[in-house]
Amino acid sequence: MTIDTLTAGALARNLVGGDVTDANLRRYLEGIPGIDAVGLEQRAASLGTRSIKTTSKAWALDRIIQLIDLTTLEGADTPGKVRSLVAKAMVPDASDPTTPRVAAVCVYGDMVGDAVTALGASHGDPDHGGISVAAVATAFPSGRASLAVKLADTADAVSAGADEIDMVIDRGAFLSGRYGLVYDQIVAVKEACRRADGSFAHLKVILETGELNTYDNVRRASWLSILAGGDFIKTSTGKVAPAATLPVTLSMLEVVRDWHRLTGQKIGVKPAGGIRSSKDAIKYLVTVAETVGEEWLTPHLFRFGASSLLNDVLLQRQKLTTGHYSGADYVTID
Amino acid sequence: MSHLAVQKTYKLYIGGAFPRSESGYTTEVLSASGTFLANAAKASRKDARDAVVAARSAVSKWSGATAYNRGQVLYRIAEVLEGRRAQFVAEIVASENVSAAAAGTQVDEAIDRWVWYAGWCDKYTQVSGNANPVAGPYFNISVPEPTGVVAVVAPQDSSLLGFVSALAPALVSGNTVVILASERFPLSAISFAEVLATSDVPGGVVNILTGSARDVAPWLASHADVNALDLVGANALDWISLEIAAADTLKRVLPPESGSDAAAPALARIQAFTETKTVWHTKSLI
Amino acid sequence: MTFLEYAPAPESTGLLNLKDSYGLFIDGEFVEARGESFATISPATEKTIALISTASDEDVDAAVAAARRAYDSTWSRLSGRDRGKYLFRIARLVQERARELAVAESLDNGKPIKESRDFDIPTVAAWFFYYAGWADKLDHAGLGANPSSLGVAAQVIPWNFPLMMLAWKVAPALAAGNTVVLKPAETTSLTALLFAEILQQADLPAGVVNIVTGAGATGRTLVNHPDVNKVAFTGSTAVGREIARSLAGTSKKITLELGGKAANIVFDDAPIDQAIEGIVNGIFFNQGQVCCAGSRLLVQENIHDEVVARLKERLSTLRVGDPLDKNTDVGAINSAAQLARVTELTAAGEAEGAVRWSPSCDLPSEGFWFAPTIFTNVQASHRIARDEIFGPVLSVLSFRTPAEAIAKANNTPYGLSAGIWSDKGSRVLAVADKLRAGVVWANTFNKFDPASPFGGYKESGYGREGGRPGLAAYLKPAPLGSSAAAPATPAAPATPAVTAPRSTSARKKAAK
Repeated sequence: MTIDTLTAGALARNLVGGDVTDANLRRYLEGIPGIDAVGLEQRAASLGTRSIKTTSKAWALDRIIQLIDLTTLEGADTPGKVRSLVAKAMVPDASDPTTPRVAAVCVYGDMVGDAVTALGASHGDPDHGGISVAAVATAFPSGRASLAVKLADTADAVSAGADEIDMVIDRGAFLSGRYGLVYDQIVAVKEACRRADGSFAHLKVILETGELNTYDNVRRASWLSILAGGDFIKTSTGKVAPAATLPVTLSMLEVVRDWHRLTGQKIGVKPAGGIRSSKDAIKYLVTVAETVGEEWLTPHLFRFGASSLLNDVLLQRQKLTTGHYSGADYVTID
Repeated sequence: MSHLAVQKTYKLYIGGAFPRSESGYTTEVLSASGTFLANAAKASRKDARDAVVAARSAVSKWSGATAYNRGQVLYRIAEVLEGRRAQFVAEIVASENVSAAAAGTQVDEAIDRWVWYAGWCDKYTQVSGNANPVAGPYFNISVPEPTGVVAVVAPQDSSLLGFVSALAPALVSGNTVVILASERFPLSAISFAEVLATSDVPGGVVNILTGSARDVAPWLASHADVNALDLVGANALDWISLEIAAADTLKRVLPPESGSDAAAPALARIQAFTETKTVWHTKSLI
Repeated sequence: MTFLEYAPAPESTGLLNLKDSYGLFIDGEFVEARGESFATISPATEKTIALISTASDEDVDAAVAAARRAYDSTWSRLSGRDRGKYLFRIARLVQERARELAVAESLDNGKPIKESRDFDIPTVAAWFFYYAGWADKLDHAGLGANPSSLGVAAQVIPWNFPLMMLAWKVAPALAAGNTVVLKPAETTSLTALLFAEILQQADLPAGVVNIVTGAGATGRTLVNHPDVNKVAFTGSTAVGREIARSLAGTSKKITLELGGKAANIVFDDAPIDQAIEGIVNGIFFNQGQVCCAGSRLLVQENIHDEVVARLKERLSTLRVGDPLDKNTDVGAINSAAQLARVTELTAAGEAEGAVRWSPSCDLPSEGFWFAPTIFTNVQASHRIARDEIFGPVLSVLSFRTPAEAIAKANNTPYGLSAGIWSDKGSRVLAVADKLRAGVVWANTFNKFDPASPFGGYKESGYGREGGRPGLAAYLKPAPLGSSAAAPATPAAPATPAVTAPRSTSARKKAAK
């Protein structure tokens, strides 16, 4: 499933037409058609007007839960907080055992061990009913550290049992045109995701779209991250506003669609930050389904990075089950 | 020692050249007292057709010129006309049987109209156009553009002033013109063609036909490659039929006017031969 | 069932309170017509919605007479400020009853509820708001001080945007001080009649707006009525031509919004995903029943295949069906007659050698339906590249250079609209300059706004709707000799007359 570094490198050299240098990358990335922001935003808004009712809504709510990376990324995080998060991940709604589990918990690197312990036997691949542990790494959220530190950060998390690494790209390097540097760092982090047995932790590449600012930049950074071997492209750290937006996510999904058309590879997308309501999350499901196809609505190809979203979905779910509106006291805080 | 006058052959003006009518026909132009002044070419439908072809082929260059440039070209017409004032006065006196002073006033007025319209070339767009505050992230602007080829029936009771008053406004925005001169007083129109030929007006921008408006106007009114029809001088014609013919291709039509104020100078005459084009473009920082 | 087959999400019709039959709206009241009634049906189901009246010649007479009386006795004497207030009231009432109007429109016209709800009706309200504000500012309409209204306006509107076309016509007419007799299209009278109720709620003086329903004969009687001063028509070029002919020699001022065959030009540097959306919006918006639809796609040859492939993929996600379902993208064709025309022209396209493609979609068995269709291998000489189809049918042609694109785009007797898709600003502006079309959309398509003039070149008609020109179309300069009159006004165009400083008339005026 994970895209290995050798294949990715060969593909990248093939596509950019030579070594993966700043110049070659610039020529390649800047040759990609631009984005008209007004049209993109209108398309996203129009997808957002889809009316998802009854059976479709029930399916959507369950699927949203299954796609959530339940996240805590605070300086104040403690083992206790992580245990609480994991408990919520495993049993989102104690009043309804049919409630599915989330895909993963997402924590800082030093909390990975606590998360793994707390998950116990539930730790595993979400495509097979388990819950993964995702760790943010590479001097998250700013990414302002030496490569050595970033690699050590990554390797630490992997060795502690992280299944997924959410890295940040060097936005400074990207904005100043040093595409080669960004590329090389992603490749190096990917390499640091390699476990002792030769397998890889999944690599999610955070673009921090709020700092890239323009949709053209988001599109180029998406291509760059995929060229470098990222398994997922992720919008945001959640620490910078704006975080995930529907148009940004749509533009990334379009890259993933085009990449699939070009190479046959399926890359995942993770909007993160700012998605708090079921209504918003459903708009993302619609956008995924109508842009890349609904086969993307599985944990290894689409995730929501969120914390408060889960409880809103549970409230909506209770409403569908019971027929009346629920209240905040009927869902648990983690 | 006396000088035997060299008389002028009054021909048509099409595509910057002075052809005779392809039909070979001419009509006698008489003075008010009935004396023979000249033979004028009697334009045929084929001459009208050639004139439209010439006018169409000149649209791109004339409408594509900068407004500043068109203004200078129209002003140049006034300059050249001023230089040949005496010739026009003499022709008007002979044709219309008016005093030299009255003829002089007519020529002066014609000159001034060129000056007035010349000044409009780079202004009418600003006065007629708009920036439109639409409710969305769009740059949105409306600008008037020339309609294309304008066929004009010039006022029939004036040698020069009526002709100029009908011709000049159509040229301002960049239209090209096929104009039927006054049937009774065609001499000034053809002399005016010499003014055009010696100023900087590109060939084909103005095409002048003399002869019978009754015979030729229907061919222009029904011509599919004519975009607009100015019937200002068509009072005596069956102008309603002309308007009906023009409706076949939805030409823009100006109705006849009468009296000495016909085709009086007005911004509206410029605007009548323009089309408003509205352009939208998306606008975004990101 | 897959997620993409979204569960039905029908808009409720509960708030509709329709009568079984409707009379004519004359002099502020609903009155019985002298002509036969006919059924207005839902094109999606062919079920009768209500009975609509046919206005006879006498009925049209009565309506014009009512409009004349209202003009003479009330409306032309009212201050601009008060006229404006009535228009503001109407705008608000339209907003308040927006959902009801949207449902009625989708029911009667067949268009998707998301379009009637999110586009048609909001645009109606916007149009009244915009022109409401003009009513007391007519001195700035561009015709000099104290311009005057024309009198009674006869307005004949089409079935593609029934209430929106009404707003485009009625709002500027009333703002300028005219009274109106309006005839909606035969197949889509419903919202005009609901609008009449709104006029009653707004307490608009009787006779200021009169609505006569019926077919072409009623419209013909109306536009040719001798006591009408202004004719505004939106519809086919054939009927527009007939109107222009029949009004030749009269002093009636005319606005004609007619057909189109817009080129939508896609350059190889276009923002491709937005261009695809723009192409789809350009031709499938309102089932392509739009006079300015981007029905001729001109694609730069080097990206032709990619654009077509992306377009086909995108079309496969279009949802065709129940107009009242909130997720419907493409609704029903408005009438059996229109469906027959679309069917006939597409058959001609195939016969001429163009390659036809539609996504697989299940069309309902009742009603008038046509699957979104793309023709490739279309040549400029094909009928589907020249005739207005007025349906969800796109003809794809290619070009190699900007000059060729412009030449092909302009190679039509129409000149209503055009689209340009390119990331290169200088080229966009230069191409926009050279297109012979009244509306040019660059990197967008099918956008409308009351502040933005809309109308065509060549056989797409004359006059503009929207913006200041749309207001001026219902005004004439102050009469000569009046204290505020602009001097030396030529007879025809109601545009500002400005006098040359040394003209004879200026001298005369100066001598007064």
